[in-house]
Amino acid sequence: MSHLVFLIPIALGLGALGLVAFIWSLRNGQYDDLDGAAERILDDD
Amino acid sequence: MTCCSPSSVPNQQALNRRLDHERTLAAAHDLGNGLLQTDLVVPAMHCVACIRTIENGMSTLPGVENVRANLSTRRVSVRWRPEAAGNAGFIPALAALGFEASLYDHASLASQADDTGRKLLICLAVAGFAAANVMLLSVSVWAGADAETQRLFQLISGLIAVPASIFAGQPFYRSAWAALRNRNLNMDVPISLAVLLALGVSIYEALYGQHETWFEASVSLLFFLLIGRYLDHMMRERARSAILQLSRMMPSGASKLSASGEASYVPLAELQPGDSILVAAGERVPVDARIASGLSDLDRSLVNGESVAVQARPGLEIEAGVLNLTGPLTLEVLRPADRSFVANVITLMEAASQSNSQQVRIADRMAGLYAPVVHIVSGASFIGWMLWTGGDWYTSLNVAIAVLIITCPCALALAVPIAQVVAANRLFRSGVMVKDGAALERLSDADTVVFDKTGTLTLGEPRIASIHGGSDEEHAVAAMLARLSTHPAARAAASAQSATQGVLVSDVQELAGLGLEAVWKGRKVRLGRRSWVSEIARSTVAPAPQTNATSEVCFAVAGGDIVSFQLSDTLRTDAATVVRKLRGMGFATGILSGDAAGPVQAAAAQTGIESAISSLSPSDKTSHVEQLRAAGRNVLYVGDGLNDAPALAAANVSMAPASGSDIGRASAGLVFTGKGLAAIPVAIEVARATGRTVRQNFVLAIGYNMFAVPLAVLGYVTPLIAALAMSSSSILVVANSLRLNLVARHQAIMPSGQSAPDAAAGDELQPSSPPAPSDAGKPRLEAVK
Repeated sequence: MSHLVFLIPIALGLGALGLVAFIWSLRNGQYDDLDGAAERILDDD
Repeated sequence: MTCCSPSSVPNQQALNRRLDHERTLAAAHDLGNGLLQTDLVVPAMHCVACIRTIENGMSTLPGVENVRANLSTRRVSVRWRPEAAGNAGFIPALAALGFEASLYDHASLASQADDTGRKLLICLAVAGFAAANVMLLSVSVWAGADAETQRLFQLISGLIAVPASIFAGQPFYRSAWAALRNRNLNMDVPISLAVLLALGVSIYEALYGQHETWFEASVSLLFFLLIGRYLDHMMRERARSAILQLSRMMPSGASKLSASGEASYVPLAELQPGDSILVAAGERVPVDARIASGLSDLDRSLVNGESVAVQARPGLEIEAGVLNLTGPLTLEVLRPADRSFVANVITLMEAASQSNSQQVRIADRMAGLYAPVVHIVSGASFIGWMLWTGGDWYTSLNVAIAVLIITCPCALALAVPIAQVVAANRLFRSGVMVKDGAALERLSDADTVVFDKTGTLTLGEPRIASIHGGSDEEHAVAAMLARLSTHPAARAAASAQSATQGVLVSDVQELAGLGLEAVWKGRKVRLGRRSWVSEIARSTVAPAPQTNATSEVCFAVAGGDIVSFQLSDTLRTDAATVVRKLRGMGFATGILSGDAAGPVQAAAAQTGIESAISSLSPSDKTSHVEQLRAAGRNVLYVGDGLNDAPALAAANVSMAPASGSDIGRASAGLVFTGKGLAAIPVAIEVARATGRTVRQNFVLAIGYNMFAVPLAVLGYVTPLIAALAMSSSSILVVANSLRLNLVARHQAIMPSGQSAPDAAAGDELQPSSPPAPSDAGKPRLEAVK
């Protein structure tokens, strides 16, 4: 029982971190140009 | 006779610069701090080299702070400071880099739609997060946690599920509320009811009860439904932005000449009958007008379907939308812009599409049948259990919720969008863009195909049919000259001889409305109209050869014989094959064309199309289509021009080639790229397979309900069973829909010489015929001078 006190908040925290990261990247426009991102990786500069 | 009237050209350029600046300012988006953002549509951008060229080239312009190219939407965003920029010449700057561009208007619907997609995605992410975590906790409860742990887990689940369901369910609550306010039922009403009731009961249960909760059911329900909703949205959005990229709108203003001959740019709405306007070569005529002065050739193919360029002469009346090909024209305005030919076509089109919007989509039809049943069944089980248990409202409510959740159409909500998304992807790879799912549904019902001729059955550009007279050397000179012009007839003649390396011509000039003149081996040569070319030829009255070609280009060396290139608008290479295939599939076929009877009958005979009607106006075409529909036919209209737009909107379903007019593409349900018509039978086959898949999905979803609902009504459904049933039926439906990827595989490879279907996502988004002659051809011509 006592280990749940740590594990559940950690599990939820990690999940929430992922969610926040996704929403941040979405608002930041990182998914706006997926085709462009695929091409830009070939750019040497 | 000079090349092009020299006085008007620098004037026109200065005017264009000022005009560009005004338009750019009007379309810019204010970011604050004196910073403006301008978005430009650059359809030809397709690789990392383009991105780099554009970003590096544009960032050196004065006043520009930041340039970002977006390859997915084929747009370039420029952030700039107007005070430092002077005349903002972004479009000319892009043209100098080799990219044709147009301004992207922020006010248009597209940017709002982006926001909807983003909101749906955030809701989906929140629902996914909540569903995963709550399900994890629920699994331990189902696995047999002791009472204390169960209570703790239920409370944590509630803490996650309640805010998540309230937030992520918004799209459903809004739509359900809107439906209720209009005294309607849609599928979102039982969905909202199930989610909210389940939440309410579960909160009570977690706090005071000993039983299981429905938290995981409500969040996973939302998660599955949001997937369907997002897929549906994504499909419409992508097709729409693909079509937007291609669009080049009608001019929004014109250069008006004042009494003193000074040109100034005015919006179309301010043009009055009697005004004089100037239209440069390569521009479209903005309003209905009469030619006052100037010599040029006109391309009217988008307006009336005639493929042959018309010589422009003073006194000729022309419609808005006509393309001015070779020389500047001064026009006298006949009618205000809102009564022009284009405006009339738009009115006709709106009227036609209104009758079409009354068709109910299959998903809505199902929802209309299904939603009342859901409510009645769950309401009845609640009342039944109340009577049976003698007023145990708690058990009765639990059963009613179980019924709502079990019947909630996860599989049903995915049945249509997932099948259509997979089909749209499948078609996208074959070069067909589907504008919305409704088009696919109607396409699967079509039984009659009606074609436009020019630009649809034919390529819409003349090709050499036969060559009369002349030596190989003369052909080479003619081809060399022809290559320097942007006139469609000349472009065709350029294919007369491919080996032109050794040919040296000098003093080339293009004479508007007549042709090209140059000096070759010290002798004057001409390429152009027969009467003009024969002025320098030996036999001045050479009779034109009798052929069934639609136009000709002549060539002569001074004192030599006339060489005649007979041109005709050739059929697309696979037109006859495609028509044969369509007839084999049981379609009735027909042509409705604005062109003259001769070429239309010839096209019908060559392709094997059963009926052909010629010389039709846009409203004639519409009424023919409506007659067919009234006779019980489901009409697929395939057309491209401005004159087809109302008929495209009036037909049950319509397809347009990407090379057609903007308005044609905008009113068609499907747009196909590439040079062939092979996309049509493929699209029909995929649409029919989609219809079958959708029906199978419904059978699966309803079969699952037939099995699960009695269990729920009898009170055997626990949250565990609900979760399993919901997920498995959804997965089954998705898996069944993915089979659509296999449809018409054998047809994925188009005949040789045409672009591979897999290139559809890239280059084929550009119009496949050469774009309207722009200044791009001019520098070459001047370089030769």
